[in-house]
Amino acid sequence: MYKLRATILKDMLMLSRDRVGMIVMFVMPIVLAIVITATQNSTFELVNSNKVPLLLINRDGGNSSKQLENAIGKAGMFEVKKMEAASTDSQAEERMHEKDALLAVIIQPGFSEKMETRAKETAAKALNNFGLPGDSVIKPTGSLEPIRLMYHPVLQQSFRQSIQAALQSTVQIVQTKLILKTMYFDVNEKEMPDSLENEFIQNQVPIEEIPVSRDGSKTIPNATQHNIPAWTIFAMFFVVISLGSNIVREKLNGSFVRLKTLPTNYLLSLVSKQLTYLMVTLLQAAVIFALGIYLFPLLGLPALNLPHDIAGLVIVSLICGCCAVSFAVCIGVYAQTEEQANGIGSVSIILLAAIGGLLVPSFAMPQSFQGLLKISPLHWCLQSYYGLFLEGGKLKDIMVNILPLLGITAIIQLIAWYGLKRKNLI
Amino acid sequence: MNPAAVSIQDLSFRHPGQHTDCFSNLNLDIEPGERFGLFGPNGAGKTTLMNCMTGLLAYQKGSIRIFGNEVKTNRNSINRLFGFVPQDFSFYQELSPLENLAFFGAWSGLDKQQVKKRSAELLDVLGLAEVRNKQVRKFSGGMKRRVNLAIGVIHEPRIIFLDEPTVGVDIHTRQAIISYLKSLNEKGATLVYTSHQLAEAEDLCNKVAMIDEGKILVHESLNKLLSEHNEEGLEGLFIHLTGKAYRDS
Repeated sequence: MYKLRATILKDMLMLSRDRVGMIVMFVMPIVLAIVITATQNSTFELVNSNKVPLLLINRDGGNSSKQLENAIGKAGMFEVKKMEAASTDSQAEERMHEKDALLAVIIQPGFSEKMETRAKETAAKALNNFGLPGDSVIKPTGSLEPIRLMYHPVLQQSFRQSIQAALQSTVQIVQTKLILKTMYFDVNEKEMPDSLENEFIQNQVPIEEIPVSRDGSKTIPNATQHNIPAWTIFAMFFVVISLGSNIVREKLNGSFVRLKTLPTNYLLSLVSKQLTYLMVTLLQAAVIFALGIYLFPLLGLPALNLPHDIAGLVIVSLICGCCAVSFAVCIGVYAQTEEQANGIGSVSIILLAAIGGLLVPSFAMPQSFQGLLKISPLHWCLQSYYGLFLEGGKLKDIMVNILPLLGITAIIQLIAWYGLKRKNLI
Repeated sequence: MNPAAVSIQDLSFRHPGQHTDCFSNLNLDIEPGERFGLFGPNGAGKTTLMNCMTGLLAYQKGSIRIFGNEVKTNRNSINRLFGFVPQDFSFYQELSPLENLAFFGAWSGLDKQQVKKRSAELLDVLGLAEVRNKQVRKFSGGMKRRVNLAIGVIHEPRIIFLDEPTVGVDIHTRQAIISYLKSLNEKGATLVYTSHQLAEAEDLCNKVAMIDEGKILVHESLNKLLSEHNEEGLEGLFIHLTGKAYRDS
């Protein structure tokens, strides 16, 4: 026991003097967690809370286009900056280059007339189907000139799509309103009262968002809940930089030769390193979780809510830490230089994080990657944490993620052990 | 009859992947209490032989016994009998001398009290007491050599293998190390030493062997060898036995 204690003390002393390793293991993931959560949170707020600046050129001036203008303004998502009807596309482009707005909507001449004619056609068809007379004198409409949506290239596709969906919905409202008014006029031969018009329009079916949690909580997960577990795992696996190169350094310098001549098996050294770095991974998790709880609100970010199953959280952190440390040992055993350990270690972690769904959500990955992500230990770590943090599950609910993670950890340990044997290190 | 400190019989060793043997049927005995020097040109096989004796290399044929224990089959008990001072600095540069001694002492099989006592003694006798808590990386080459030696002898081994223990140090450190090694020998430790510092070897060793191309050329007491070959010093004897040609070209 004294040998193990002395070895752990030695490893802790060496770790505490490895400044670069400490920065990589603690500072880098903390900075990443803050920056990425802040970025994702601001994107979330941009879409949901803040208004997106939008240039509007209405070259039509008709009734329907004015209604569309009003509807865009009332959509709540845009800060409408109206430009003169005579403004050209290039003037709008210029303002967009100056970042005055990231979007521009251009309503082309003839929009109202064609919309109204279309509405009359649709209303007439509907009334005829009911056996009622509709307006029989309808001039055939030409093709409707599309509403032009210009966007700044910095806007990501997902964001553009949500803007387009919002605009489509606004156009739909205007179109529906027009058809209703036309049908009302054809049947009653008088204009539809405003009260009824508003009732039709405002009486939309509300949509209630309900997160499907295991513990029945209705809290909608925020960017912090998503990011903190992901970057905690990332931090844990980045112990490879310190531990991997520590093992290589020990192999390369003379101390390893001396260790082999002493009456103690080198496995003890590896056990000690694993215990030491397991403590480091648990400390990393504790520090990052604490920052999520206490520091994030001070930075204007949503606070982290710990799961109800704290024992489950500790056990998952322990298993993730074991897996991360095993991975680092494996890299250290096989790498022949510190540069190899650092290079292969960090690149492989980034790759495993990418295919494991830490950088891009796993459901958004192409089908061909769906099978691949199951070989990434980071995927199972993330799923285990998400089971607790986002789904409100307990340990038994996430066993389906923990068992593959334990399996992968055992395989990594076996690979490391084989390397030690093959290289005559034990 | 007491067993030899080191008894090598019919030793054959070949590095993996090589076609020729480093040693073939090599025999050598080192008696307890000797200050034995193993010399030879570069590539002669000194370090390989020392690595076989310390169990770092597994030999294919023959036997090496340390105080009667076969190295191949008694690794654990053998490792308690000897101390090894490699040519490279074999410790953790990030740690202080005291921290290194605490770790290697534990790995050498000492308990906490023994480690504490031996560390204090060694730091004192090797002039490292004042820098006991400073990181070794900041030390001079001579201080590092002394730390290297202290770690190798912390468990008071019966036999000490020293692979160029004074390389790269100044005259003061060299004399201090040689003087300390002599004192250990006086207390009963057998020394097995290799070096290219032949003047130093003359001062330290009472028995020498010359090795070249995997064969022991001579093995005798230093004085007897010098008189037999009519040489005044080890350097002359070395050239006489191994020639003047380069060996590492």
